[in-house]
Amino acid sequence: MTDILHKTSPSVVAAADHSEGMSYLESLPRRLITLYLPLSVILLVLLFPFYWMALTSIKPDDQLLDMDKVNPFWTTAPTLKHFYTLLFQTNYPLWLWNTMFVAIGATILSIIASVLAAYAIVRLRFRGANWVGGAIFLAYLVPPSILFIPLSTVVFQYGLFDSPFALILTYPTILIPFSTWLLMGYFKTIPYELEECALIDGASRWQIMTRIVLPLAVPGLISAFIFCFTLCWNEFIYALTFLSTTSHKTVPVAIVNEFVDGDIYRWGSLMAGALAGSLPLVILYAFFVEHYVSAMTGAVKE
Amino acid sequence: MAVTALKSSARPATRDVSAWERLKVNRNWLGLWFMLPAAAFLVLFLAYPLGLGVWLSFTDAKIGRSGIFVGYENYEWLWDDSIFWLSVFNTLLYTLVASTIKFAVGLYLALLLNENLPFKAILRAIVLIPFIVPTVLSAIAFWWIYDSQFSIVSWTLRHLGFISGNIDFLGDPWNARWSVIFANIWRGVPFVAITLLAGLQTVSPSLYEAATIDGASSWQRFRYITYPLLTPIIAVVMTFSVLFTFTDFQLIWVLTRGGPVNATHLMATLSYQRAIIGGQLGEGAAIATAMIPFLLAAILISWFGLQRRKWQQGESND
Repeated sequence: MTDILHKTSPSVVAAADHSEGMSYLESLPRRLITLYLPLSVILLVLLFPFYWMALTSIKPDDQLLDMDKVNPFWTTAPTLKHFYTLLFQTNYPLWLWNTMFVAIGATILSIIASVLAAYAIVRLRFRGANWVGGAIFLAYLVPPSILFIPLSTVVFQYGLFDSPFALILTYPTILIPFSTWLLMGYFKTIPYELEECALIDGASRWQIMTRIVLPLAVPGLISAFIFCFTLCWNEFIYALTFLSTTSHKTVPVAIVNEFVDGDIYRWGSLMAGALAGSLPLVILYAFFVEHYVSAMTGAVKE
Repeated sequence: MAVTALKSSARPATRDVSAWERLKVNRNWLGLWFMLPAAAFLVLFLAYPLGLGVWLSFTDAKIGRSGIFVGYENYEWLWDDSIFWLSVFNTLLYTLVASTIKFAVGLYLALLLNENLPFKAILRAIVLIPFIVPTVLSAIAFWWIYDSQFSIVSWTLRHLGFISGNIDFLGDPWNARWSVIFANIWRGVPFVAITLLAGLQTVSPSLYEAATIDGASSWQRFRYITYPLLTPIIAVVMTFSVLFTFTDFQLIWVLTRGGPVNATHLMATLSYQRAIIGGQLGEGAAIATAMIPFLLAAILISWFGLQRRKWQQGESND
């Protein structure tokens, strides 16, 4: 240890200390067994279904079902036939559009409502603000699976059944508690002094919120937006219950209900549909990984 | 004289201010305006349906017909319904096994990812992918992996010589239960791992260095440093994990729809089947309402159980 210290300059030691920690105590073979081996096994299990999904979607039909002549883990003749079927012989583009429309509509509505609510709870501190914050957290804990039956009657009463607006108006009940809670955390980090200066200069609360707080909370808004978008895209039970016409359905519901027929060759297009339905989210995720992680952990930490 | 004149001229001015300005400036009124959109959504589509659900469970409502009050009849029916009790058993088994394994594997994965690794950011991003992809779509991939004839798992095990025939993953009651539990674990581990990893990153490395100098083994370092410091975040993560596992619907619906012979029906899927497919809204609402006490118990156990540990270790019980 002292030898190492003598050999290297102080600044390098500091940098090395920071990045390596105590890992010099472990030898490489030991790390292989205790770290890299279990890690790669877990990663393999986590990723295999996606590999299998992608592979199935480009396999020709005869190779899908014949596992003896050809090695099933690879394909020799990749084909885009399943994607072609999906795009031109089904309503898939329409379902994608429905999902996108519902997700964006519900997300925008919820972000507007939660920005206002979070700002009021954190900064206006009206009487009972803490109590309201707690109530919103409790709303987060109410799962959709105990709400869908009464909600279906409510949706019917309001005349929204089988319309995308049934989803656009009900999804915010899942999204608002989450994003309010997340944005409350972000708003708390913005210094009071900025707002006080603006108040002295004669700005109204509304101006303070739109001109000062929101520009500073942009990372939080992006986190809330993409997380809400993902939740909407994911949502299944409301979409399954409130929509009945094939052309109104969202991707998850349509794939489960419309593709599952007696055809033994359906697997290729089913997997192609699942893959194409996941891609938009994965691409969004690839661009905003950090925001995504901070959304997930931020809401839990609060 | 001058004072009264001042008073009389000032009074109407303040009243003008108070009428409109109070709505604009007063905190409580402003708070009300700002809360209004969120409150409207949550009351109309969350609080009202929640109450309505409990009310429906005491009626004999059917699809297209508002019911009349029948008291506890729906619950009495359920009490004698063996399928309902089977679904309660399945839900408890599913929640207990899946949450425990998710916690164990998730914590292990978080500890592995917290080590000094090359490409750490990319690894973390990859781990989270199963959580990003819509559950229904990954469940479809599992459906294909669990296919009775063309399952890749059966194929591999057969070619490795472990089994002679194909495994009927979703056709046999216990196989089906373990299969859906595995798919749920697969989907839930990334959430637990990444949130716990965020907690781990806040633990100061100097604590580990001090403990190592004092001769602590790696197990002792985990048991007496990592675990106590992580307890609050574990409590929150596991509360959410238990909640989402208990009320799971999508995975079961895609993989088995409750079959074979109701062996994998959870309370959520059973209530969907009775209420929406069977049309018995009242009975379905009773099943959904019956989930509430279980949910409260699960939340309280995972919350206070872990909070008490924190208290026992001498921290302030805040």
